Amino acid sequence: MTGSQFPREELFAPGHRGCAGCGAAIVARLALKAAGKNTIVANATGCLEVMTTPYPETAWRVPWIHVAFENAAAVASGVEGAVAALKRKRGKYGEEKVNVIAFGGDGGTADIGFQALSGAMERGHDMVYIMYDNEAYMNTGVQRSGSTPLMASTTTSPAGSLIRGETMPKKNMPMIMAAHGIPYVATASISYPEDFMNKVKKACEINGPAFIQVMQPCTTGWGYPADKTIELGRLAVETGVWPLFEIENGEFKLNYKPLKRKPIEEYLKVQKRYRHLNPEEISVIQKTIDMKCDEYGL
Amino acid sequence: MCEVKVITGTSAAAEAAKLADVDVIAAYPITPQTTCVEKLADFVANGELNAEYIKVESEHSAMSASIGASAAGARAFTATSSQGLALMHEVLFAAAGMRVPVVMMNANRALSAPINIWNDQQDSLSQRDTGWIQLYAEDNQEVLDLVIQAFKIAEDEKVLLPVMVNLDGFILTHTVEPVTLPKQENVLDFIGTYEPKHAYLDPKKPMTQGALGDPNYYMETRYAIETAMENAKKVIADVHDAFAEKFNRAYGNGLIESYNLEKAENVIVAMGSICGTIKDMIDLKKKEGVEIGLLKIRCYRPLPIEMIKDALKNAKNVAILDKSISLGMNKGAIYADVASHLKDKKTVNYIVGLGGRDITPEDILGIYDDVEISEDGKTNWIGLKEE
Ligand SMILES: Cc1ncc(C[n+]2csc(CCOP(=O)(O)OP(=O)(O)O)c2C)c(N)n1
Ligand code: SF4
Repeated sequence: MTGSQFPREELFAPGHRGCAGCGAAIVARLALKAAGKNTIVANATGCLEVMTTPYPETAWRVPWIHVAFENAAAVASGVEGAVAALKRKRGKYGEEKVNVIAFGGDGGTADIGFQALSGAMERGHDMVYIMYDNEAYMNTGVQRSGSTPLMASTTTSPAGSLIRGETMPKKNMPMIMAAHGIPYVATASISYPEDFMNKVKKACEINGPAFIQVMQPCTTGWGYPADKTIELGRLAVETGVWPLFEIENGEFKLNYKPLKRKPIEEYLKVQKRYRHLNPEEISVIQKTIDMKCDEYGL
Repeated sequence: MCEVKVITGTSAAAEAAKLADVDVIAAYPITPQTTCVEKLADFVANGELNAEYIKVESEHSAMSASIGASAAGARAFTATSSQGLALMHEVLFAAAGMRVPVVMMNANRALSAPINIWNDQQDSLSQRDTGWIQLYAEDNQEVLDLVIQAFKIAEDEKVLLPVMVNLDGFILTHTVEPVTLPKQENVLDFIGTYEPKHAYLDPKKPMTQGALGDPNYYMETRYAIETAMENAKKVIADVHDAFAEKFNRAYGNGLIESYNLEKAENVIVAMGSICGTIKDMIDLKKKEGVEIGLLKIRCYRPLPIEMIKDALKNAKNVAILDKSISLGMNKGAIYADVASHLKDKKTVNYIVGLGGRDITPEDILGIYDDVEISEDGKTNWIGLKEE
């Protein structure tokens, strides 16, 4: 599908409480457009949950459930099981396929929710797990997660004179998920909406578990002006920080190859979380990106 | 028309879940609960039960999946024990707060450390403030009957709270007893189908469940649960009575059971399988012309305190047995909850059977003797080895 073919209908209502320029809201909006009405969402605790459902308001025009921080995949497992059982036994939920989508932040996915996610993927539930990755725990005020990249400064991996931000590289979630042998794994970015939506659509259509890790720049956590969200997402892809790919039944496919990769500095210099870096440190990051791009054929 | 099987307590729970035609089971093994979820797996594998069996990777996920399934309109069942229940702790609150009528069997077992797989009731009593209805069985027949009743109680619109059916680990979970199984059509006729109207994940009628409740709303949600707990007292009694009528088995008034309380001055308050032993001792003493009594608590949450007070009106010395201990208080939970309402009586707390320590008939008789002479408000540990 291309842009104009996606429905105009908004299943994610305007008027949520996210920060201006929040990429998480864009994730939800695009994903729902692609999935359509016949969708049930399970959401982990985090920015997306908190900003969209301050009772008695809700931004969700599809059925939505939140239980806790670490269990979106388990809750979605139960929902999927219930839909299957009730369809079979009592003709509930109709003939049409019901998409079960779980949304979890990077913390709720790569850290505390990792076990529940791994279990759900391994069990083969027919669900789409969307990890919206803003590379830190934003809801509690920007603490590092297992998905925080090397040398990024957060409140628990602060840049000091001795320690220069996050000391460990980002956890490789797509490859870990692919190792579960699930039929569909993809990375995406809100700055490439058609690519992202097509991936969500494909993931919904596939029978069995699908995992999509979507980059979501965060104005507050990364420290950049609110109108630069899409630009930053694009820079991440153009510099090779965030390759766009899918792994379908084990087969890796790169979706986008920049004609010429931009230097990493262009991406880093606009964000406060990297402002402590000296040229030497930037070149260390550049080297790690180059290695990764070689590996992925970028 | 009924069938009698000689089965364990965990089998009785599994049979009851099958009779209730549950739609989703999410389960994780833990001794001494495991045989329940194994049995259910067999039922599903053999096509005897048409349900989705989700083999989750932990108890936390078992409860999370049960909540999701129940919110999606399914009749959901799970079972656990001890460490598993403790691992669920966080989501037990969510189940109650989200008002999903999940039914769970819990095999009462001690908590680590030291690791101990034997019976006491510390696990479920530690969950008393989570908003779950807690019922306790005396024998395997009661396990089956309670699980059936639990679905009807949980799904009642005046209640809509999760229900935990407790049975003593090994004492009931691994002991076989004859259990009468009613016909499924009669059970389903009794329970009805779960048709959630309040909240249901239906794409045709989108609804947000588990929203953020700020200080403007949170307290009201707790009050609503408290109100539902209050409603539950009547519902539990009514369900019990309707069950008794239909299936010909009764347990006191459904919330408490009085045994020889009219004439007895010395009485024991207790919960679970120990009540069987106590009843035997009461019968024995009666033959000698000595009147002692038992108040069995069948429903611990909501606690029917007015009924308890009324049932104990003729008692003078009340021994309250606890298979749990609130460390730093030197009191068990039942004592803490009940004794303060019995100001005009002598109450003595007996800590018994922790971690599977045997409680003998002699211990019970000893408690009856002791409560008469012991100091008011005292705590006595029974069967403690002294160096
Ligand atoms: C068991 C538990 N631990 C900690 C928290 C506090 N908490 C809520 S959201 C959150 C961080 C969420 O981070 P992430 O998953 O990355 O999502 P984001 O907020 O960035 O969207 C934390 C630590 C919690 N709710 N539950
Ligand atoms: S902190 Fe970041 S992710 Fe959270 S609402 Fe604000 S912009 Fe969105």
